[in-house]
Amino acid sequence: MRSLRTRLFAILLITTGLLWLSATVWIFLSTRAEVERVLDARLMEAARMVNSLIVSQDMMPEGGDKDRPAQSAMKIPVLDHPHYDRQLSCQIWSLDGTLIGKSDSAPDATLAAHATGFSETVINGETWRVFAVENAGLGVRVLVGDNLRIRDRLVNDLVKGLLFPALLIIPLLAVLIWLSVGRGLAPLRKLAGDLERREASDLHAIEDIGTTREISPVLKSLNGLFARVAGAREREQNFIAFAAHELRTPLAGLKTQAQVALASDDGATREKALGQIVAGVDRTGKLVRQLLDIASVEASESAKPVGTVNVGDILAGLRTELAGQAHRVDVAIDRRLFDLKIGMDPDLFRLAARNLLENAINHSPPGATVNCTCELDAGSLVITINDMGPGIPDEEMAHVTERFFRGRFKTSAGSGLGLSIVERALDRAGADLELCNRPGGGLSARIVLPQALVQ
Amino acid sequence: MRILIVEDDDILRDGLKVGLALAGFTTDAVGSCDAAATALAANGFDAVVLDLMLPDGSGLDILRDLRAGQNDVPVLLLTARDTVRDRVAGLDTGADDYLGKPFDLDEVAARLRALARRSYGRATAALEWSTLKLDPARQSVEQAGKPVQLSRREYSILHMLMAHPGVIFSKAKLEDKLYGWQEEIESNAVEVHIHHLRNKLGPGLIETVRGIGYRLGGG
Repeated sequence: MRSLRTRLFAILLITTGLLWLSATVWIFLSTRAEVERVLDARLMEAARMVNSLIVSQDMMPEGGDKDRPAQSAMKIPVLDHPHYDRQLSCQIWSLDGTLIGKSDSAPDATLAAHATGFSETVINGETWRVFAVENAGLGVRVLVGDNLRIRDRLVNDLVKGLLFPALLIIPLLAVLIWLSVGRGLAPLRKLAGDLERREASDLHAIEDIGTTREISPVLKSLNGLFARVAGAREREQNFIAFAAHELRTPLAGLKTQAQVALASDDGATREKALGQIVAGVDRTGKLVRQLLDIASVEASESAKPVGTVNVGDILAGLRTELAGQAHRVDVAIDRRLFDLKIGMDPDLFRLAARNLLENAINHSPPGATVNCTCELDAGSLVITINDMGPGIPDEEMAHVTERFFRGRFKTSAGSGLGLSIVERALDRAGADLELCNRPGGGLSARIVLPQALVQ
Repeated sequence: MRILIVEDDDILRDGLKVGLALAGFTTDAVGSCDAAATALAANGFDAVVLDLMLPDGSGLDILRDLRAGQNDVPVLLLTARDTVRDRVAGLDTGADDYLGKPFDLDEVAARLRALARRSYGRATAALEWSTLKLDPARQSVEQAGKPVQLSRREYSILHMLMAHPGVIFSKAKLEDKLYGWQEEIESNAVEVHIHHLRNKLGPGLIETVRGIGYRLGGG
């Protein structure tokens, strides 16, 4: 696992180092340019000075030996600067090519061949920067040159002077960066510590007091997640409590009826008890199936691949499947439904349709007809299942899709889960469930789909 | 003993009704709070078997109303939610006993007998009257150590008389305890049962108090 602290430290150290390096390069280049400019100016100055000295030779003090070379007159004690002394070299040539005089450090070969201005010449492997002045009046050429090696040494010494403290400071800087990053990351470390100390079951929100602006959103989404998980867990626990109740009661019924059958000597009583057991097992089986259905609907992700649902075929299949329990209730399926194809998870549609159809059949009186139709209504496709049962009392309408809700007209076959499953399944598939009592009696269950789902 | 069963699940209600009748109880059964309140207002029950979750309310509400009306009929709670909290709430509201679903029919019967016994202020299970001994758990009757075969109705009448020695029971009260609502009461049925009991146990055991009813006699 990579450490954020190490990462930040490395980034800061590398960027600081690079910055320092580029600054140094910049300083090196600009110093060299500046030094060159200054030294060139000095060269020029020196050449002109020598030239003017030659011009005003007669200004030399009286009694001075005119034949003595000019250089001896210029001998001045040199201060102890071994690196930089004798940097300047001077030669005076007559225009016909004779060396008239030169300074101590100047080489014997001519420093430059050109008439006036700057030039660079290589003499004995050393590069010289030379400025030439031609004095046509006196017939001489004054050459003043700088040894570039010495110039470079000057620049290098300057840069070395800058780099040396930098090398001392960089380790110090590294330590400071390391400590600062650690300090800056303290709120993160605190959050991590808080999370680490938590019990797995502790879903309370983390206190958002004194947190930094950058961590606050993390904390907010974490707390949001905690709240969602806690909510989901509570719903799950409620569901389990309800499911336990709903399963235990039929089990108690089964056991009691079985004990009645065992205890009774009377054939009719025993037969009735056994019949009740069979009915009870059917009912409990259905309840278990619905509990599993609801669990699978809850678990299914809406990202599930969408298939093609042939509405009529599914309804017809369900009609055959439910025929065993349909007590002479007819199911009529509109022919248009067989041409209707919608883009939806077929399992979800089947689940919803099965529960609606089952409800319609169970609540219709014998001999009644359950009608399945479809229509287009304001940009939506509506699949309607109409029954001839008692409908739903208005005051119960809002509660019928709650889990385990059983209204006044409950039948022994009802678990109170059916409509809850339908609503959840349709919701997952992007459709809605609408329930309304029909004016003529009976319930109308409408599956409302966006028209875009129609294929 | 006449028992009211309040349970909304059809199969369980029927099972309790038939099963407890087999165990020697006279049983009536209802499936909602409303029906239970109406039945309890008639006040002829020796014990109530009460489910907690009913379609139109909670069994605890029935219990609360019952106790608020100074009715101390023994109540056995049946519920699927048997967490400690539920049990405590049930008992504190005034229930006398508690059973979690699924339960054993024999246990329900035994607990009901115990509740009835305690409500009559007795500690022992068997009832005795001179040489006669009645064991409610086995629904058996012995006279001077010899078993006596009784029909269900005969047994119920004897049980009632022996549970309240010296108390006079009117014919109407006995009929009330013998028959559930749905059962046809044959005229003279009580007289017929008393007649049979006297034949089996001796003529002096049950006295007729003229114009009022019956009670245990000197035997």
